[in-house]
Amino acid sequence: MPNVTITIDGQPYQVDGSKTIIEAARAHGISIPHFCWHEKLSPAGNCRICLVEVEKMPKLAIACMTQVTDGMVVNTKNERVINAREAVMEFILINHPLDCPICDEAGECKLQDYAYKYSQGFSRFVEDKVHKPKRVEVGPRVMLDAERCIMCSRCVRFCDEVAGEHQLQFVQRGDRVQLTTFPGKELDNPYSMNVVDICPVGALTNKDFRFRSRVWEMSFTDSVCSGCARGCNIEIGVRNNEILRLTPRKNDDVNSVWMCDHGRVETFKHVNAEDRIKAPKVRKEGTLAPVGWDEAFAKVASELRSFNASQVAVLGSAFATNEDNYLMARFAREVIGTRNIDFARHQHGQDDAVLIRADKTPNAAGAEAAGVKPGDSGLSFDQIIAAVKEGKIKALYCLEDDIAAIPGVREALEKLEFFAVHATNHNATTELADVVFAASAFAEKSGTWTNFRHRVQRIRPAVATLEQDRTMDDFAMSRWDKFAAHNDKWGKGPRRDARPSWKIVAGLAGAMGTKYKFSSADEVFGEMSHKLEPFRSLSYLKVGTKGTPLHTAPVTA
Amino acid sequence: MSNDTYLKKSEEVRRKDLTFWQRLYFPEILKGMTVTIGEMFKPRVTVNYPEERFTPPSSFRGRPVLVHENGTERCVACGLCSRVCPALAIEVQAAETPLDKERFPEKFEINMTRCIFCGFCEEVCPEEAIIMSNEYELAFSSQQESVFGKDKLLKSVEEMKPRLDFLRAHR
Ligand code: SF4
Ligand code: SF4
Ligand code: SF4
Ligand code: SF4
Ligand code: FES
Repeated sequence: MPNVTITIDGQPYQVDGSKTIIEAARAHGISIPHFCWHEKLSPAGNCRICLVEVEKMPKLAIACMTQVTDGMVVNTKNERVINAREAVMEFILINHPLDCPICDEAGECKLQDYAYKYSQGFSRFVEDKVHKPKRVEVGPRVMLDAERCIMCSRCVRFCDEVAGEHQLQFVQRGDRVQLTTFPGKELDNPYSMNVVDICPVGALTNKDFRFRSRVWEMSFTDSVCSGCARGCNIEIGVRNNEILRLTPRKNDDVNSVWMCDHGRVETFKHVNAEDRIKAPKVRKEGTLAPVGWDEAFAKVASELRSFNASQVAVLGSAFATNEDNYLMARFAREVIGTRNIDFARHQHGQDDAVLIRADKTPNAAGAEAAGVKPGDSGLSFDQIIAAVKEGKIKALYCLEDDIAAIPGVREALEKLEFFAVHATNHNATTELADVVFAASAFAEKSGTWTNFRHRVQRIRPAVATLEQDRTMDDFAMSRWDKFAAHNDKWGKGPRRDARPSWKIVAGLAGAMGTKYKFSSADEVFGEMSHKLEPFRSLSYLKVGTKGTPLHTAPVTA
Repeated sequence: MSNDTYLKKSEEVRRKDLTFWQRLYFPEILKGMTVTIGEMFKPRVTVNYPEERFTPPSSFRGRPVLVHENGTERCVACGLCSRVCPALAIEVQAAETPLDKERFPEKFEINMTRCIFCGFCEEVCPEEAIIMSNEYELAFSSQQESVFGKDKLLKSVEEMKPRLDFLRAHR
């Protein structure tokens, strides 16, 4: 579209002529208030808060549905516009309940913010407010408070346009208008919880997070979802060293502004769970007993030394980071001297048309790029398992992955003479292991994952382990984290004596006589960028908050 | 100026300022004794603590307490008191209740070694649920003991009537 020149508040701007006023202004950093407009949804033009004055138009126009034309003169903050805005705010607030104290949206609510910025600051309304149903379960994961709804229709459009399932609609008219589900339907699509993020008020809330914390009490850390190979960009909300919620973070190269419900509620609970491996463990008389790190290293070192290199196999993991896998591959080659190295794939179901991938691991592409693949005449994962069954492979060392849950693998593992694993939680695999190293969960460590399009993305620690310190290790800090004293109870959730896998591998290598001198995941990545072609000349700085493609990335798609 | 020279100077000034009668010393003693003895016959303003106890007026800001009505706390666990508290003394954990108010404080703790009795929590509370009481006796034998939970914080609306009336009157 050709460029046109428009004037906003006295300043001329070159803008794309196909855009609406709100988009054109936004492209130049001017924000026009909006409730119903959303950058990823079709415009609806129903809330009227975006009214602006356009010269030569008799009435004020809505910025979200008025296309720019050459020579257009727009005023976004003169008296007429301000008066109109205040009137719209007053109108919207007429039937809005005084729920902020009990509303989860408070603190990140558009209506609250705008009431502060754009309304008169007092109410003239003395009549009774219209009452509507509260605490309605519109779906298995979302709660509706119909009184709080301002009828912007963002949620309706989300279901229709993004999730592709028509589940929400309005009924009634005037001040009785009410959001509801179609008869016989529920808001249960796999992306349903995104409506919670886009709802400008607290009408739709996350059932899983409901009342768990006020948003201003949490710290937020940029990270990546571990639910599948898409690697949606997320923010991790933490309070008292405990993850309370995940929310999507905008990245147009990966997930737009969305994430799926599975990723949002099912991928972080294990970090807080009671069944965490809280310290390294060695099997003594049949049961796993907690031991010190040095004892665990010494035990694994002496066991691994007692086998021929060809009797040992090593498994990386598509759940571990690039750095973890890289060091594991080096360890297999240099310290053990085995070519039997691979990792397990976890494909379930199908890719869908929105985000969800059949590959349920965040880092299959990265594990391979980092060197976790069988060497010349080395065995692949299936061959390793078969060789274990036949008794040819006698010892196995593997990164965090519940391989025993894969059909047929458990029986093989039972035949092993020695089995050491990294694990975050107790699972079927740790039950069979002789030594379990306590691995940091994805939210406890620094590192990178590579998504299915070969995009490297950073994960960052949000929950502190025993060896970390929120202040010293550059964590995101809540107010409580900042000011907690030694005798304050808050700011101090449980911590585990876990370490990131690359560090465990380095420790074990040390016990076997090979020094890996890395003090951070950053340094491991630095070495990868010198030694591995796909990672050539990359750095954490280049990966940044939104990731960057590997050199092996497919050019399109 | 060093401390010594400063003291010397001020002494000089003083001596110069004294009148003849003051230099005589004795009349001044008598004057002082008159005041002291005079006070002995005036009504007493002190109390014999702890045998006698002082009941402060309703404007007094003693330790903050939570108001309950027939056993149900008014608090909706909005966390505003916790946010406004300049001393970070308050920790609230909300949970859902079937009652109309939807949420209640599953846990409500005030660390009394942190509290500075500023009354901000009372001022910010949208439910008149946390208010300043007239209790001023706070002694603990450990830091753990100084963290008051709901058991120590909850007071009935009847008991807190004087303060609630005061707040209404001076809103
Ligand atoms: S529930 Fe929220 S997103 Fe949906 S129409 Fe109402 S205010 Fe808009
Ligand atoms: S689509 Fe995949 S990466 Fe994105 S939120 Fe869902 S599980 Fe997580
Ligand atoms: S009186 Fe002040 S310091 Fe004490 S709890 Fe209330 S807000 Fe905090
Ligand atoms: S401000 Fe009042 S209602 Fe809110 S948490 Fe504190 S005591 Fe409870
Ligand atoms: S944002 Fe334009 S009418 Fe709602």
